[in-house]
Amino acid sequence: MGKHNVTMTINGESVTAEVDSRLLLVHFIRENLDLTGTHIGCDTSNCGACTIMLDGKSIKSCTYLTVRADGANITTIEGVAAEGTNSHLQQAFHDQHGLHCGFCTPGMIIRSMDLLKTNPNPTEEEIRWGISGNLCRCTGYNNIVKSVQQAATEMAKEKEASV
Amino acid sequence: MIPANFNYHKVTSVKEAIALSTELGEEAKYMSGGHSLLPMMKLRFATPEHIIDISKIEGLSYIKEDGDMLKIGAMTTQTEMEHNDLLKENYPIMGDAIWLTADPSVRNVGTLGGNIAHGDAANDQPALMLAMRATVVAEGADGTKSIPIDEFFHGFYMTALEPSDVLTEIQIPKAKKGSGGAYVKIERKVGDYATAGVAVHVELDDNGVCQQIGIGLTNVSAVPMRLERGEEVLRGQTITDELIAQVGKIASEDCEPESDLRGSEAYKRSVVDTITKRMLNKALERARQ
Repeated sequence: MGKHNVTMTINGESVTAEVDSRLLLVHFIRENLDLTGTHIGCDTSNCGACTIMLDGKSIKSCTYLTVRADGANITTIEGVAAEGTNSHLQQAFHDQHGLHCGFCTPGMIIRSMDLLKTNPNPTEEEIRWGISGNLCRCTGYNNIVKSVQQAATEMAKEKEASV
Repeated sequence: MIPANFNYHKVTSVKEAIALSTELGEEAKYMSGGHSLLPMMKLRFATPEHIIDISKIEGLSYIKEDGDMLKIGAMTTQTEMEHNDLLKENYPIMGDAIWLTADPSVRNVGTLGGNIAHGDAANDQPALMLAMRATVVAEGADGTKSIPIDEFFHGFYMTALEPSDVLTEIQIPKAKKGSGGAYVKIERKVGDYATAGVAVHVELDDNGVCQQIGIGLTNVSAVPMRLERGEEVLRGQTITDELIAQVGKIASEDCEPESDLRGSEAYKRSVVDTITKRMLNKALERARQ
């Protein structure tokens, strides 16, 4: 029932497709576009493994209809690194060992991008609340917090240098 | 989990939404942020034939004081409320609640109107609205209606809204000198529904006498609940520790929790007693500032 044409920008590229009303955005991203960096964990908007950036805000793509994303600008983990260079957050997660198994990492990084945009200099508590919708089953939160702190510092330095 | 099939319709004005909903009948549901409805559709608890997407309607996202009212557009997201200076400054009860509602990515999408229109006693905003004596404004086939919050919640997922009514605005009496509010919910983990929650709004006169008091409870009854018997005890009184203890006891008696995975009935009654007292004290502290 109900096919719809959608056009959206994903990681800088325009994508057009015909989709069912009920197609969830996470399935569109993973199965139609083969961008499998966005993960499916709980499928109930609890765990945050499916977090993507939609029009500049982190959202849980398991709880979003693809048709509603018509016209949207989306960034997935595949679009975070520019020109093959790690983003500050990616590099920080690498340096600080901010991942164990890595399953939550794409969601953690996208969520942290949104967090650092609204709050460039968060306290540890603000980071922990900021990523409260992203679960790490390996319980590697301490290093995840350190990673976000490192990225915040690096981003502040870069901003200062560019002024 | 994938929802059952449905037809999707996007509308760009309230008028268009009402006309389409009237045409499609009761099998059509509005979707705003969708973070209450879509999970229910994925579990097949809800299987609407038609989804009318009202999230693209412009002009329903705002927070402003107008006359003696605070007015919040129904499509304002909880993130927008969280970062709003007016709410931070004058309505700290809102910050209390939003901080405890779901998580940041959900709040980026979830709207105030949706949280209320869903008619779920487990949602956080209904208790606040009851405590603050909000008015719900909706547009329907027969024009605009203002519904006092006491008449809004009718039952489990049932509200005073007709199927084609679009909730457009929430109105709350403006904060004034001597007023204060506070909300807390006890949750097992971040993002969970409340084991129990309590919202308190209090207004004191210059002598510290309680002129107005509102107490709303989250997730301890089938319908969002106002603690009227507790309010009666405090209205017109200088609020003392003894009266606060009395109201805590009344709250634990009058709430109607059920034993479930979040705790036994007795545990929840005990939680309600404790957090009612805590929130009365916190609201009073803010009112006296």
